[in-house]
Amino acid sequence: MSPAVPLPAAPLLELRDLDVSFRTEGGWLRAVQGLSFTLGAGETLAIVGESGSGKSVSALSVMRLIPDPPGKITGGDILYQGQSLLGFSERQMRQLRGNDISMIFQEPMTSLNPVLSIGQQIGEAIRLHQGADRPEARARALDMLRLVQIPEAEKRLDAYPHALSGGMRQRVMIAMALACGPRILIADEPTTALDVTIQAQVLDLMRDLKDRTKAAILLITHDLGVVAEMAERVIVIYAGRKVEEGPVRDLLRCPRHPYTRGLLGAVPRLGASLKAEKAGRLLEIPGTVPRLDQPIIGCAFAPRCAYAVDRCHRERPPLEARDPGHLAACWRAHEMEPL
Amino acid sequence: MSPRQSFGRLWRRHPTLIIGGLLLLLMGLAAVAAPVLGTIDPQTIAPFDRLRPPDGQFWFGGDLIGRDVYSRTVYGARISLAVGLGVALFSIILGLAVGLLSGFVRLIDQILMRVMDGIMAIPSILLAVALIALTGASLTNVIIAITVAEVPRVARLARSVVLSLKEQPFLEAAVTAGTPFLAILWRHVLPNMLAPLLVQGTYIFASAVLTEAILSFIGAGTPPAIPSWGNIIAEGRTVFHIAPHLVLLPGLALSITVLAVNLVGDGLRDHLDPRFVSRL
Repeated sequence: MSPAVPLPAAPLLELRDLDVSFRTEGGWLRAVQGLSFTLGAGETLAIVGESGSGKSVSALSVMRLIPDPPGKITGGDILYQGQSLLGFSERQMRQLRGNDISMIFQEPMTSLNPVLSIGQQIGEAIRLHQGADRPEARARALDMLRLVQIPEAEKRLDAYPHALSGGMRQRVMIAMALACGPRILIADEPTTALDVTIQAQVLDLMRDLKDRTKAAILLITHDLGVVAEMAERVIVIYAGRKVEEGPVRDLLRCPRHPYTRGLLGAVPRLGASLKAEKAGRLLEIPGTVPRLDQPIIGCAFAPRCAYAVDRCHRERPPLEARDPGHLAACWRAHEMEPL
Repeated sequence: MSPRQSFGRLWRRHPTLIIGGLLLLLMGLAAVAAPVLGTIDPQTIAPFDRLRPPDGQFWFGGDLIGRDVYSRTVYGARISLAVGLGVALFSIILGLAVGLLSGFVRLIDQILMRVMDGIMAIPSILLAVALIALTGASLTNVIIAITVAEVPRVARLARSVVLSLKEQPFLEAAVTAGTPFLAILWRHVLPNMLAPLLVQGTYIFASAVLTEAILSFIGAGTPPAIPSWGNIIAEGRTVFHIAPHLVLLPGLALSITVLAVNLVGDGLRDHLDPRFVSRL
């Protein structure tokens, strides 16, 4: 599809005050509340949060794939090249999915159809969106397999998923996602299910492909190591709300929100224990994510926060800029020292 | 791998599949080539050959009115296999449709499944007898009646496969790639349902052959004029003490056929992605 000529300043993707809720027996569960962010062309933006924080839900809502019922986008807007995706018909969304915006998943072992060959699966999107015939799609699929650096690509084209390792399958998933040259690639925990050496290879590959294809990446992860490797900007989500946003170096060097500090403290560092003054245990964040089916008064993180003061339990802190481009929603953000 | 090698591998891994398949193939060939297998018209009455024991001319002997039991048994294979194949085919198609509808459309799932439960609550023989009584005895009606009784089993299986497939990430991946629903159904759902449905189909085949024989035996199935195995056995039943071959030999054909189909079913189940099928 050819959208209206975008304004030069319009970001590729913009979420404005997005609210996503799920109907449950106990009432509405507010999975995402007032989430706003922009994604520029060719940019890599990481969304970080723990399980249940709403990061996957926000990614799925960009694709308009929140299962409805029980889910519903209850407020806000999603703009792709300045156009509201909420006004798109299902047909228009289908043309967008896989073509303009595509997605890779956490589970490479089950994200491929066991009864179709690799070549058929990569070719499917090409045939679907670009009207290619079978031989054309096959040739393009072969190109894509080479692009994602799968050895003996010709042989793999006719292989079935069970014959490939996890890392190979994730490469195939990436090839499928990139087959139509999307503007945005949503990667939902792309390396979580892989072992560490394969993780590094897949991340390298994604970085390399991003440079070549100029696709913007929306990286959803809980792994700050991956964030440091890949992202340019980071958004930290807690209990469905954005609590901190900033350029990756600022945010990792001087996190302004105690939750981000907690996440960083929970990452093991090679050699950290060798330094006498920093020797010690990995930090953990006590407690669990709050229930989202009840209204939260004050800061959602306050019950788990070591820095919490009285005010945190009464009033929700606004998201305020501390440094240029670095926002945090914490009453005590100004007190936070660089790590 | 050459065809010969792959056959050898199949033979070592799933001998039941091959034995069953060969037996079934033999039965099928016999049914098709019945007129040239040394048979005479199965309806020819020869009063002098009444209850004649098996010999060189009447291989399976003669029945109560002197018809050649061998010819009747060979022609009977046509009926039994036609019923088995027909019922398996139609109940798979109908059950698949019901299963897909209830698997994908939540609104009618409850209704359809309660209807299926209702049908399953009635013993299939009873249901078939009632349907035959309602519609009159004919080969078509026998196939329809047994199909109605078998559909719920397929529908339940198909529904459960759909529900488990719906949770598979590769379906979600297909949706995120913008694949239209029908294409998802055709390329991602149906191919993954093939194996379990095929296996189920063989069991239905076997059960339909038996049910047809039972229906004929109690006189509620194929019209007596048609030489189905059930009919032959039913006719021989009264004189079992003086001419047991009238029951035993057609009964043997029936047993071998059902056994062969079941062997094929078991072999297929093991051969076609055992992991997936056994999970269901």
